[in-house]
Amino acid sequence: MLVRALSVILIAVAVVFGGFFAWAWHNEIAPVQPVAAGTYDPSIVAKGAALAAIGSCVVCHTQAGGPAFAGGYPVETPFGTVYGSNITPDPDTGIGTWSQAAFRRALHEGVTRKGEHLYPAFPYDHFTHANDSDIDAIYSFLMTRDPVSRQNRQPDIPFPLNIRLSAAAWKLLFLRHGSIAADMAHNAEWNRGAYLAEGLGHCGACHTPRNALGAEKHDEAYNGGVGEDWHAPALNANSPAAAPWTAEAAFQYLRNGWDAHHGHASGPMTPVVDGLAKAPESDVRALAVYIASLSGADDAAKAQRADAALKAAREKTPTVAALAAATTGSGGTDGAAIFAGACATCHRSGGQTPNARPVDLALSESVNSPDPGNLLHIILSGVHPQSRERGFIMPGFSASLTDTQIVSVAAYIRTHFSGKPQWTGIDVRLGEARRKTGS
Amino acid sequence: MATITVNGKQHEVDAPPSTPLLYVLRNDLKLNAAKYGCGLGQCGACTVLVDKEPVYSCLTPISVLEGRSVTTLEGLGTPDNPGPVQRAFIAEQAAQCGYCTPGMVMRAQALIEHKPKASESEIRDYMAPNLCRCGTQIRILRAIRRAMNDMRTASAEAPR
Repeated sequence: MLVRALSVILIAVAVVFGGFFAWAWHNEIAPVQPVAAGTYDPSIVAKGAALAAIGSCVVCHTQAGGPAFAGGYPVETPFGTVYGSNITPDPDTGIGTWSQAAFRRALHEGVTRKGEHLYPAFPYDHFTHANDSDIDAIYSFLMTRDPVSRQNRQPDIPFPLNIRLSAAAWKLLFLRHGSIAADMAHNAEWNRGAYLAEGLGHCGACHTPRNALGAEKHDEAYNGGVGEDWHAPALNANSPAAAPWTAEAAFQYLRNGWDAHHGHASGPMTPVVDGLAKAPESDVRALAVYIASLSGADDAAKAQRADAALKAAREKTPTVAALAAATTGSGGTDGAAIFAGACATCHRSGGQTPNARPVDLALSESVNSPDPGNLLHIILSGVHPQSRERGFIMPGFSASLTDTQIVSVAAYIRTHFSGKPQWTGIDVRLGEARRKTGS
Repeated sequence: MATITVNGKQHEVDAPPSTPLLYVLRNDLKLNAAKYGCGLGQCGACTVLVDKEPVYSCLTPISVLEGRSVTTLEGLGTPDNPGPVQRAFIAEQAAQCGYCTPGMVMRAQALIEHKPKASESEIRDYMAPNLCRCGTQIRILRAIRRAMNDMRTASAEAPR
């Protein structure tokens, strides 16, 4: 009897595992000979360049200071570090021998040409929604880049997740294929934005919180998440922005990296807006329309709330007279005095700063955020354009201020400008940010 | 009253706590090497060292300097006996108008102390925050390489 029961269980287990292995098995797609770049249609290559810019491919597939698309960028996850792969058309180390079909399968299924499962640090849970003609255009774009010989670096992921079949199990649980269904309640522009944001743009990869297994929580879409130790603010009704996101503000921010109601893009958002600056304007507008709609209808009332927030923020920005009064505080940990001496040269009202005027801090999402991390990153490292790009500069203060002083000034900024409850554990968060930036 | 330590010497300063270090250096202590360029932390002409790290003295209120040590160009050497980085700048004639030079020397000093064998690209990255508008960057880079070599081989030339 016992033997019989055990056999039944063993057979059941074998069937389940056999089924899983059969499902998880992907064949190798035969290598192809690279063809000359000149054989690709230039208009398709240009379309692919724009879509690759929207997808920010270059960010994770390029090591700092290294050749574009040649891989090596460390994507840190709670499970270990995965390194962006070489996606230049080098036949030995890149994807030069990948056919169009193999490339499509990689984006839709998260599988290499040889049939290995890729980890979901590569956001195929989004790319799976991209249509074939868009993926083919990106393929044409990548196949016409300069091939770079650079070996891929293996992920630093501990056992048992280092077994790639674990990624197959993840897909079984969380990967949902299929195109984004058109929403007839919205116009074509909104639907284009939804397609780009949910698919190639993979906005939710940072702006949606993840569960214990690293999958986006779809019932909390755009409720705020994490990207490279920065807090990716909520874009839904829980957005911490003092001025609600209108489509126009979202467009200015995404296209130019700056909007009067929200300030500058910084941290991991900087390369994203650099990419969007190269995308078709109509696509960036569509993205903006969709993103703004996540926090409520883009109507006149929303625009009025945004303008009211701007006006209120201007009133909170300290005048020179108010700053002079603040300087009577004493001691090295007086946040108001530190602000007056270190920050107010630019962050004050009255007078004209010769460079771009910084955002009124009461509008800053970093100041209004539930997490002090972004403000601390900005105080430590400042705001800088990408290497060799032009843009706004705020100097970092990691050397001139001690940890205690940074905590004091961050607490002062939070209380004075946001009017929201004081953060807890600013010092702990500062330690994490310092470790992350090596400052 | 604030107490600040500059080039190893303690000073009692009668100025509001938010006063920028640069103003105190120039107006109260008569240490005029650090220059006022933009006042916004964008140009680097006011660079000095606080606890061996380069900072913009125009954006450093004196209130944050209690118990910390400030080094200015005057702390690296004298006209008769310049320090090795200063000697290298002189040897390479790494200045035109000279306004950025004290800030450049201070940042170079910090670089060499932290990373005596910095590569060319590391030197360029580290020096990037300091601007020179006359175009002496190539000579500045040469001076930094010379100072690194001199300091490594302890062969800094005496001034001629």
